[in-house]
Amino acid sequence: MLSTNTHILFSEFEYHAPTTVNEVAELLSEYGDSARVMAGGTDLLVQMKMERRRPAHVISLQRINELHTITQNGALTIGAATAIRALDQYVTLNHPSLGARLESLSAACNLFSSVQIMHMATLGGNLCNASPAADTAPVLLTCDATVTIKSKTAEKTVPLADFFVGPGKTILGPNEFVTYIQIPLPAQNTGSAFRKISRVVADISQVCAAVTIVRDGNIVQDARIALGSVAPVPFCAEQARAALVGETFGPELAEHVGNLAAQEIKPISDVRATSAYRRSVAFVIVRDALMQAWDNCG
Amino acid sequence: MQPKSITVYLNHEPREWRVHPNDLLLNVLREHEALTGTKYGCGIGECGACTVHIDGEPVLSCLTLAIACEDKSILTIEGLARDGKLDAVQTAFLDHSAFQCGFCTSDMILMTRALLNEIPNPTEEQVRDYLRGNLCRCTGYASIVRAALGAATQEANAIGAADA
Ligand SMILES: Cc1cc2nc3c(=O)[nH]c(=O)nc-3n(C[C@H](O)[C@H](O)[C@H](O)COP(=O)(O)OP(=O)(O)OC[C@H]3O[C@@H](n4cnc5c(N)ncnc54)[C@H](O)[C@@H]3O)c2cc1C
Ligand code: FES
Ligand code: FES
Repeated sequence: MLSTNTHILFSEFEYHAPTTVNEVAELLSEYGDSARVMAGGTDLLVQMKMERRRPAHVISLQRINELHTITQNGALTIGAATAIRALDQYVTLNHPSLGARLESLSAACNLFSSVQIMHMATLGGNLCNASPAADTAPVLLTCDATVTIKSKTAEKTVPLADFFVGPGKTILGPNEFVTYIQIPLPAQNTGSAFRKISRVVADISQVCAAVTIVRDGNIVQDARIALGSVAPVPFCAEQARAALVGETFGPELAEHVGNLAAQEIKPISDVRATSAYRRSVAFVIVRDALMQAWDNCG
Repeated sequence: MQPKSITVYLNHEPREWRVHPNDLLLNVLREHEALTGTKYGCGIGECGACTVHIDGEPVLSCLTLAIACEDKSILTIEGLARDGKLDAVQTAFLDHSAFQCGFCTSDMILMTRALLNEIPNPTEEQVRDYLRGNLCRCTGYASIVRAALGAATQEANAIGAADA
């Protein structure tokens, strides 16, 4: 399957290890398209080995302390270079009370490939790589996350829902990079869940789904449903959501909404799964995630 | 592309390396340091054969730039035994015959070491989960899991004996 050598890194580049975000912005404004930001490198180095990317300048985020920190102030503000493992441990240790509300995030982190990759891979890298299969993307979409984008001259915060443009493509310009990801702290009566189907446990998703439900008695007060690996970008199932909000929750409703989600996705067939398989599985995991999220509403 | 001189702490000793930006940690270990216990399996993060500890965390040296290791502590299988004494995990792998061809043994031992540093008394499920990114084509994993659990028990007993 691999046409190129994965033993060595053939392409040549300059390596930059800045210690502040302003230096990153400076370097990007100087080198633009010929530069690439590197966080954990688990996507970028594979792409460079396969010669799918040949940046002349690699700008590492590894030594920028502020991009590795998580703070909480009404929202979780997560430095873009925070490793998946560190994020998972932060939520588990500091927010046991948020457990059920942010279960989708913990589950996505825990099902993320191997322990080694969890230590290396970052949240910002997962989003900026913009794979339709990125596990954290559907989770963060269902959390109404926002991303902060910086360049030498400007800084802006945009909804994650507006961030993805196509497979491997985001709204980031050549001079821009992501500094932070914000997740509003979910209200008390919120529950979430994440389900992932992959060939073997330590693998990329064939399909994954994340759900957040806000509960009012027996009624679904509000909800979000998003899926990965089912469309060119991480996919918000809006028709399914519309059929869920305002209804009395029960297994039949979960089944119905799962069906709607499976109909509105646009899966392709590729090395990991066929389109038909993705559709059948999407139904099952959306239904199951809904049941679990409802249980988690407390 | 200029080479750069960096200091790393390799198996507890400071070392000076002259590395190019595109040198991978795996190749520097195997070719410059002649530490061939760390293996090349897939080169794309899928097999775990190249696992080392950097600053105490298990990571993949096939997806790590050597130049990014400046001032960091790197532990390979060659640095695990101290003062001529095998680590308890190494002893357990011997006691349980937890290898056949041995290709995965360095990574399995380093991964088990990282697990026991984090969770001294893991369940079988936790062992299997923690080692999920490390492939073995020979053993069927049963003996590896037994060795990991055996090492945990042995370390717990050693601590108990020291306390008594
Ligand atoms: C064996 C293996 C298993 C994997 N399993 C999974 C899995 O289960 N689920 C999953 O979702 N993914 C998986 N991945 C993919 C990958 O690990 C993730 O996408 C990871 O989160 C990428 O993060 P990184 O820090 O390594 O990104 P990098 O490789 O450093 O960067 C990825 C891309 O994003 C850009 N970038 C990174 N950070 C920023 C930033 N702050 N601003 C702007 N651009 C940025 C880079 O320029 C690059 O184009 C796997 C990869 C491997 C090799
Ligand atoms: S060689 Fe590094 S994971 Fe296979
Ligand atoms: S003993 Fe041969 S690969 Fe594990």
